[in-house]
Amino acid sequence: MRYLLTHLDTAWALTLIHLRLSLIPIVLGLLIAVPLGAFVWRRPALRRIATLTASIIFTIPSLALFVALPLIIPTRILDEANVIVALTLYTTALLVRAVPEALDAVPAGVRDAATAVGYTGLGRLLKVELPLSIPVLIAGLRVVAVTNISMVAVGSVIGIGGLGTWFTDGYQADKSDQIIAGIIAVFLIAIVIDVLILLAGRIITPWTRTSSAIRPRTKVAT
Amino acid sequence: MITFEGVTKRYPDGTVAVDDLTLEIPAGSLTVFVGPSGCGKTTSMRMINRMVEPTSGTVAVDGHDVSTVDPVKLRLGIGYVIQSGGLMPHQRVIDNVACVPVLMGQSRRTARRAAYEVLERVGLDPKLGERYPGQLSGGQQQRVGVARALAADPPILLMDEPFSAVDPVVRDELQAEMLRLQNELRKTIVFVTHDIDEAVKLGDAVAVFGSGGSLQQYDAPARLLSNPANDFVSEFIGADRGYRALQFFTSSTLALRPVPTVTEDEVDGLALGSGEWCLVTRADGAPFGWIDTAGVERHRGGGELYDSVTAGGSLLRHDGTLRVALDAALSSPSGIGVAVDDTGAVVGGVLADDVVTALDAQRQLPQQETG
Repeated sequence: MRYLLTHLDTAWALTLIHLRLSLIPIVLGLLIAVPLGAFVWRRPALRRIATLTASIIFTIPSLALFVALPLIIPTRILDEANVIVALTLYTTALLVRAVPEALDAVPAGVRDAATAVGYTGLGRLLKVELPLSIPVLIAGLRVVAVTNISMVAVGSVIGIGGLGTWFTDGYQADKSDQIIAGIIAVFLIAIVIDVLILLAGRIITPWTRTSSAIRPRTKVAT
Repeated sequence: MITFEGVTKRYPDGTVAVDDLTLEIPAGSLTVFVGPSGCGKTTSMRMINRMVEPTSGTVAVDGHDVSTVDPVKLRLGIGYVIQSGGLMPHQRVIDNVACVPVLMGQSRRTARRAAYEVLERVGLDPKLGERYPGQLSGGQQQRVGVARALAADPPILLMDEPFSAVDPVVRDELQAEMLRLQNELRKTIVFVTHDIDEAVKLGDAVAVFGSGGSLQQYDAPARLLSNPANDFVSEFIGADRGYRALQFFTSSTLALRPVPTVTEDEVDGLALGSGEWCLVTRADGAPFGWIDTAGVERHRGGGELYDSVTAGGSLLRHDGTLRVALDAALSSPSGIGVAVDDTGAVVGGVLADDVVTALDAQRQLPQQETG
């Protein structure tokens, strides 16, 4: 703990790198996965392909992906771009499954009513289904964020920057308080980001904070 | 006018939801589709706005085959109300109501301003507009559902069991409101319910559907109750259809009997025989409750008037029906139903026998509907 307090300047610089490496992929992943997930949602064949592809991508170990990517795209292993592309792949793989699942959770009665009052297919998706899927999507996003933060930390093994470098440096110099400081710092930013996503989710879904005592009942058609 | 011409809906697994339905729904009328679960009433209604496509046959609105109209355009011109209103939980009440005009291209500001007026028209405080649907009671949500359907002033309304998820008191209120609105607006309404009471209460015409999606009878409610077309219909209407049919006869032909009344001050001076009742009225003439000798004793002994009287039954107003009149008599402890005028003051009484006599007399005349 003392190490962390006496090295606040370094800690802050490393935190910025760590956040940049783990959060930019989340934004990019969302930009790719939301349209893609929404597109495959009502198309069972495409959805199966997307789910399968995503599962395969997710089984690739992260370190292997960091190392293998430069063979496919023109980046070097330690480029930030390399890390960002790799983590964007993971994020997309997770979210491309989470988005259709979040859309599945939209009550059928609401979807039906939206169609009946005259929403077009696209209008319904943008104005009704996607907004109502946010709470479930936020849950998926929180998993992705924490996963990315820990992957960046592990990446320090092959020399990727961020707070994980305190583990590797501390290990080499046999400085246990530096290792502990690294653990605490990674833990703290993971918690902070998790809470921030949770709060952001609450703010953009004001209707979920209303009384839960009265819930519209879904109707059984005859 | 909405017409069904030989309409059948058969699902790929062979189930027939609607079987050769031919039906004409006149413009400006409220037509109820009623029947047990799985009789195809909802499916039939949903063919009007193309939520369901028929396997064969034609559904037409004002002579235009709906299958030739773009479904989104068609639906924007047809109000739709479902159970619990089918509101968008993530939109404020006012935006739910303004939804259809906005979809039709109106600016959000104009649509919202109009939406506040529609909220008032369905009996809601415009202040509720700022809330989310989840913050309203079931009855309020239902009214918002009706407001949304009315906001773009469509000529046709489809209502799918709109009042079945609210408690009986609220349902009565909503039904009365519905009739009041319909009197004003004269929309072409198709109303689906499984409740035959609701059907005969609201409908200008009632279509009874049987299992397998076949239409059993399409008639005015009074005729449905007096002349069920077959065993299915008479069984569906239920054993007490005779009692229900009383609502189609006016109570105005009843000759009211004098009712013994006292005010509170006079109670202690009463000398009642055993089994004899007297109606206690307030200063303004409104009924307060019935009192017998035991009640008079209690009041003399210093008991509160409230504790001394027996609560009265339902009240008959001058524009009532024989069903209300009979209920007033049956629910009164004295057997005398209390009739009141517009100010709520007692004007007379009616016995159960009087209702039966009045029914006989009215049956001799050409049938008169008050429904």
